[in-house]
Amino acid sequence: MATLLNTIEDAQAREICRDHGDRPQELLEILHGVQAAHGHLTDAALRTIAYSLNISRAEIHGVVSFYHDYKREKGAMQTIKICRAEACQAVGANDLIAGAERHFKTKLDEKSVAVKLEATYCLGNCALGPAIMIDEDLYGRVDLDRLKAISAAHKEQSS
Amino acid sequence: MSVTIYVPCDAAALSMGANDVANAIAKAAPDATIIRNGSRGMLWLEPLVEVETDKGRVAYGPVTAGDVQGLVGGGMLEGKDLPLCHGPTEEMPYLANQERLTFARVGVTDPLCLKAYEANGGLVGLGKALKMDAQAIVDQVKESGLRGRGGAGFPTGIKWHTALAQEADQKYLCCNADEGDSGTFADRMLMEGDPYALIEGMVIASLAIGASIGYIYLRSEYPHAATTLRQAIKNWEDAGFFGWNDDGSPRFKLHLRMGAGAYICGEESSMLESLEGKRGEVKVKPPIPAISGLFDKPTIVNNVLTLAAVPYILSEGAKAYADFGQGRSLGTQPFQLAGDIACGGLVEKAFGVSMYELLYDFGGGTRSGRDIKAVQAGGPLGSFVAASEFDMDMGYESMAQRGAMMGHGGLVVFNDATNMGEMARYAMEFCEIESCGKCTPCRIGAVRGKETIEKIMRGEEQSKNVEVLEDLCDLMETASLCAMGGLTPMPVRSALKQFPADFMGTAKAAAE
Repeated sequence: MATLLNTIEDAQAREICRDHGDRPQELLEILHGVQAAHGHLTDAALRTIAYSLNISRAEIHGVVSFYHDYKREKGAMQTIKICRAEACQAVGANDLIAGAERHFKTKLDEKSVAVKLEATYCLGNCALGPAIMIDEDLYGRVDLDRLKAISAAHKEQSS
Repeated sequence: MSVTIYVPCDAAALSMGANDVANAIAKAAPDATIIRNGSRGMLWLEPLVEVETDKGRVAYGPVTAGDVQGLVGGGMLEGKDLPLCHGPTEEMPYLANQERLTFARVGVTDPLCLKAYEANGGLVGLGKALKMDAQAIVDQVKESGLRGRGGAGFPTGIKWHTALAQEADQKYLCCNADEGDSGTFADRMLMEGDPYALIEGMVIASLAIGASIGYIYLRSEYPHAATTLRQAIKNWEDAGFFGWNDDGSPRFKLHLRMGAGAYICGEESSMLESLEGKRGEVKVKPPIPAISGLFDKPTIVNNVLTLAAVPYILSEGAKAYADFGQGRSLGTQPFQLAGDIACGGLVEKAFGVSMYELLYDFGGGTRSGRDIKAVQAGGPLGSFVAASEFDMDMGYESMAQRGAMMGHGGLVVFNDATNMGEMARYAMEFCEIESCGKCTPCRIGAVRGKETIEKIMRGEEQSKNVEVLEDLCDLMETASLCAMGGLTPMPVRSALKQFPADFMGTAKAAAE
């Protein structure tokens, strides 16, 4: 694949940039858009964005690597965001994480194919912790049994 | 006659199954009108269902979808006193003892209904502001004593005054909705429960400083709030409430911008960098944003709660607002009770309420039934307050005098099973994860701080390592660029000072 800057490799990324007027200041929004479309940010997409916004790939790399939300690799089938900020820790988030790690046979923030457990720092549900989020759905007062049930329900929805 | 039933659409209520409850009610009582309101803030009772009766709204909660059939069959639609019933909502002590100015409409109305907004006191402040000149608006805000609710507590009127005084072809207004502090959710509840209050506050602020473009910088962890805000901005625009210039162009353009999971972007200079599409790295001040901010133009950055307090100040007058509170902490603060607390939720009270009142009279002590060991006030950068200090008044100065911080008004309760050494270690780890990396004391200090606390807790050369930790904390406090590195020592030091045994290991502490 050619890597010349003026090669449009990712038509959808090009389109998303155009929707944002090819304005560099809207880079975060563009990255959100491309990631929502592809699931993660491919090299081809980033090169296309660099070309469209007329900024260097180094600059884009700087931004992508700075923010926790942006993913450079394909994600797991299901990502469970588990809050491990103070308020959730105060009501047993660490036990929940340990239980989830055992149940899903993975580690927090470890690469995974089936279920990824992702640490997050506050979902704004601090009076009803431990809190988790799957596919933008928020859940409160989550123990391991509830976590298993929610995970299964989401799997069913998406299949 | 059709009964009106309220089922909250707030994310916290949804997290406990409010949508299922609404669906079950629609099935069990097909003739009822269901209104999706914001949350009343009594989060331990969510989903809190309210039924409109001739004696006012009657509350039931926490209701699960499985309870609905029984409740409807038992006479919930007539407001009957059933097992989950709490009587008239407004008479519940948790609500009745609050002073809700900013949150007056949250939980009462359908958040996106403009008619309900107007019927409940909305738009009055804006109406008055439109008849005033910019300086008069700024003066009102100054006189109200309103201070930045994001945590720094800077007088809002003075900030606005500075921006108003700048000559520029373009000025910006930014709302900081990057509510990243654990234990805080007031911004989210307001944006989801009464987004028009924020928008009205922003329109008034834009008139005051002469800004024609505004941004709401919202954290990506709040997708529900994003959906509500998007629709609210559109409705406001469609209603023409942003106003027009003489040439027919909109007078104020409001954009919603999503963050991307970086705690540091709640720091204003970092947030402005992020709004420009860059890495959210902290910038050296001066220049202050009010003189040179977004795209080097005069920019006001205010927190959600600050801006949402403005409509009340304009509609009821600066004095009405300043009559609440004490000393230089005037008005009300939406406090948030979180962690191991029986009655967690949102309590809007005038400054000066004691921490004890919040924790016990409102909060009801811990949910677990254990004793409270410490409370972290003011987010991850706030100190741990031990039980002997709970008599402190909640106010900017009164808390600072006792070594604590108001921050964004969050209180996270830890029970006596918590190891505070572990919490101090976590404070450093959080700083390590979320540091923007620009300044060395924060970037490296957090890593070394975490390691040093681990060494202390493992029992390695404890007294020597405590010295290293103290020295490191001094350095971070004095030499960090922003509050992230500068305040991380607060929780660490307060934990070390008050709970040394948790660091040293109990056996070691007993031997000493």
